[in-house]
Amino acid sequence: MKRYRVVILPKEGLLDPQGRAVAEMLQDNGYSVGSVKVGKVVELELPEGVDIDSLARKFLINPLIEDYSVEDIAE
Amino acid sequence: MRFGVCVFPGSNCDYDTYYVLKEVLGQEVRFVYHTETSIKDLDALILPGGFSFGDYLRPGALASKSPLAEEIVNFAERGKLVLGICNGFQILTELHLLPGALLPNDSMRFICKDVYLRVENASTRLTHRLEKGDVLKIPIAHHDGRYYVPEDELKSMEENGQILFRYSSREGEPSSDSNPNGSVSNIAGVMNRNGNVFGMMPHPERASEDILGGHDGLLLWHSLISEGRVRQS
Repeated sequence: MKRYRVVILPKEGLLDPQGRAVAEMLQDNGYSVGSVKVGKVVELELPEGVDIDSLARKFLINPLIEDYSVEDIAE
Repeated sequence: MRFGVCVFPGSNCDYDTYYVLKEVLGQEVRFVYHTETSIKDLDALILPGGFSFGDYLRPGALASKSPLAEEIVNFAERGKLVLGICNGFQILTELHLLPGALLPNDSMRFICKDVYLRVENASTRLTHRLEKGDVLKIPIAHHDGRYYVPEDELKSMEENGQILFRYSSREGEPSSDSNPNGSVSNIAGVMNRNGNVFGMMPHPERASEDILGGHDGLLLWHSLISEGRVRQS
């Protein structure tokens, strides 16, 4: 089995109210913070040879509103 | 006219919708479970509100991959009527039967209140009992109702009359003050290009009896039903 971590974030240019709220909180606490995005992480184990990219695009993300990246996680 | 009301794990407006169709409107109706794979007995399918599959991953994401999903797409492609309300609207966008997506409200709050809707297109199978510019009072109840569609697609939707309702004031003026969730162009409801698949965030099944606060939703149900009669005769 291979282990992957899929990181899903709101697409560039879309309002991310969670990210905005976190940014404001950090500013209130004295940090001059730039952009903040809040997304989600899916970790999954798959047999060798499964195309993780097409799986992610078809089942895990909505490409209209989300960007994603895939990391291999060492066992 | 024979209706189906979809039931996914976490649907919670399924019984309200069933009740309105059967008891208020006197239609034939049955529940359609998310595991079913044939709905050939139906003329129209309603995807009700709720939190299908707990809104896990994204609202509507898991329902759009359930065993019933493929049959919903086939049903729509055969030209049958499909209406998604609230979570049902979210499911229809995840199925790509409707353009766009529903994002978390800009306030990040769950909003449950009556809103006013201006009718943008009254020449559809869901709205033909109304006039363009009519204002309806129908409640919303959602956390993820911020309609988003890219600008170029919005333009083509406008040109094709696919915008059904806009959030507006009581007088029928759409503005940022009357936009409860940050939807692009105040959009509250849309349809597909073929005019047989509809999605809306407000809940017409909660505005179908005066004892529950209003009956403006009935105009939509009556539009759907009378089209059915025309089609069958």
